[in-house]
Amino acid sequence: MRLALDDVSFSVGRSEVFGLIGPDGAGKTSLFRIMASLLLPDEGSVTVDGYDVVRQMRSVRCRVGYMPGRFSLYEDLTVKENIRLFAGIYGMKPHDIAKQTDELLRRLRFEQHKDTVVSQLPLGWKQKLAFSVSIFHQPDIVFLDEPTGGVDPATRRQFWELIYDAAAQGITVFVTTHYMDEAEYCDRISIMVDGKIRALGTPDELKQQFGQPDMDHVFTLLARQAKRGD
Amino acid sequence: MKPFPSFIIKESKHILRDRRTMLILFGMPVVLMLLFGFAITNDVKNVRTVVVTSNWDSEAQQHIDRLAVSDYFVIVSTVPTPQKAEQLIRSQQADLGIVFSKEHQLQFIVDASDPNMAQQWTVYAQAILAQPAGGKSSMLPSQNGKRLGVRLLYNPQQKSAYNFVPAIMGMLLLLICAMMTSISIVREKERGTMEVLLVSPVRPLMIIVAKAVPYFVFALFILVIILLMSAFVLGVPLQGSLFWIMGVSLIYILLALSLGLLISSIAKTQLVALLVSAMVLLLPTVMLSGMLSPVESMPPVLQYISAIVPPRYYISAMRKLMIMGVGIESVLTEVAVLTGMTVLLLTVALAKFKTRLE
Repeated sequence: MRLALDDVSFSVGRSEVFGLIGPDGAGKTSLFRIMASLLLPDEGSVTVDGYDVVRQMRSVRCRVGYMPGRFSLYEDLTVKENIRLFAGIYGMKPHDIAKQTDELLRRLRFEQHKDTVVSQLPLGWKQKLAFSVSIFHQPDIVFLDEPTGGVDPATRRQFWELIYDAAAQGITVFVTTHYMDEAEYCDRISIMVDGKIRALGTPDELKQQFGQPDMDHVFTLLARQAKRGD
Repeated sequence: MKPFPSFIIKESKHILRDRRTMLILFGMPVVLMLLFGFAITNDVKNVRTVVVTSNWDSEAQQHIDRLAVSDYFVIVSTVPTPQKAEQLIRSQQADLGIVFSKEHQLQFIVDASDPNMAQQWTVYAQAILAQPAGGKSSMLPSQNGKRLGVRLLYNPQQKSAYNFVPAIMGMLLLLICAMMTSISIVREKERGTMEVLLVSPVRPLMIIVAKAVPYFVFALFILVIILLMSAFVLGVPLQGSLFWIMGVSLIYILLALSLGLLISSIAKTQLVALLVSAMVLLLPTVMLSGMLSPVESMPPVLQYISAIVPPRYYISAMRKLMIMGVGIESVLTEVAVLTGMTVLLLTVALAKFKTRLE
């Protein structure tokens, strides 16, 4: 019987930037959704900040940020309206929302687009804003599923600066990615193939372990063993 | 702001900022009312008649005159033989042929591709021709009381607009509430934002209800527009109690919203939601609900199917309340069925709504 996830176990520390890499079909998205309390695991348990995702679903959902692959903001609402909506969902007070919105836009140098409808923004900005919105309410951990897909290298670097900022504020970042250079940005990585974890450690540890010069080669080595996916 | 009101505002913004959908939502009732009220009609008017008579005598001439003078018939031609008349009808140059023969037997040759109308034409023609010589050719059968023994209650002028207004209400409310609500929910799923909303502290039910509320308000608004248009533009009087008309309509709107919710939980894309709404809702409504032709004259199989088409009961209730002006007691069956359906649909829809993504 094929398992989407086979004996997957790991733990992630606070403020860590943890990367999950794997070829298509490895089970990344399934794992992701279980951690975010969107899927029920058949066996095993996941706790976020001490709360079980199955039995204490509500508590978990108050504490996480979530940005799935396809997600962007609501295209027909403005930047300000999007922030207000999502922040309000997490119970932030209107006064705080307004203040922090201004701060955020100032930091991103985006103030003049406060009232711009999102559909008019370029993709890179949409993604950056979507990330900022997902951590706006200061969650304990944020789950990012391939957040930089289809975005130019310069914007990707800016995105990762935002991720580092978030980690510096104490937010744990759990990110999946296809880009090997981004794997190097993480504190620790795990590489999944066919539902199993084939490697777990810091980028340097893995390069040493598998005797490869960079993450690209480590990944290619492990991915060749994949039986699932295309 | 509390999440629930802010959701409703968000949903309203989505709707209001989508110009094309707004155009459809508001334009449709107006266009339908005008179409059905003025353009599409079951009334007998200007029926193209060809007279067949081989000998012109004064009696035949009188009959022909009476037909010609009335609003209902227009003599397009006079031919000597029935075969010629049939030819004209087949070539679409005439609708009805009347044959006067020596024996003064009357024969009608009629284009019966619309059997209901064909029947009406012959009945009208018969009535006109059966009047005593010198009689007024007024067609209101109620004035012909002695002759035909028929009195038409509630809608003596047989204006087809009366018939259609409840039908339009049934169709439009279903369309707006079921189709648009289901599309709205599925759009959220397609966009990927539904996932994000689910992983938030927001109660999933709140998301759904917040989507239904704007369409609920719209439905009420459009209901009022239809009633106003029907009273002032089409001249259809509202006989019954406005309170009960709105009351029954409210139940129907809730039913349609539940249907929308149910459809959204089985449709994965907006296209599927659209198609299911069109196939499962609109088509049976138009064909089987008694909107265009009476349920009683359908084959038994279709009558059974019609029994589970909600608009059938709503349209029937509306016709009774609006045109007959009866009290709520007479529509208790319809109301009971509608309420039962609503409860059932709502329960199933809520049960199927998933708080997770499985």
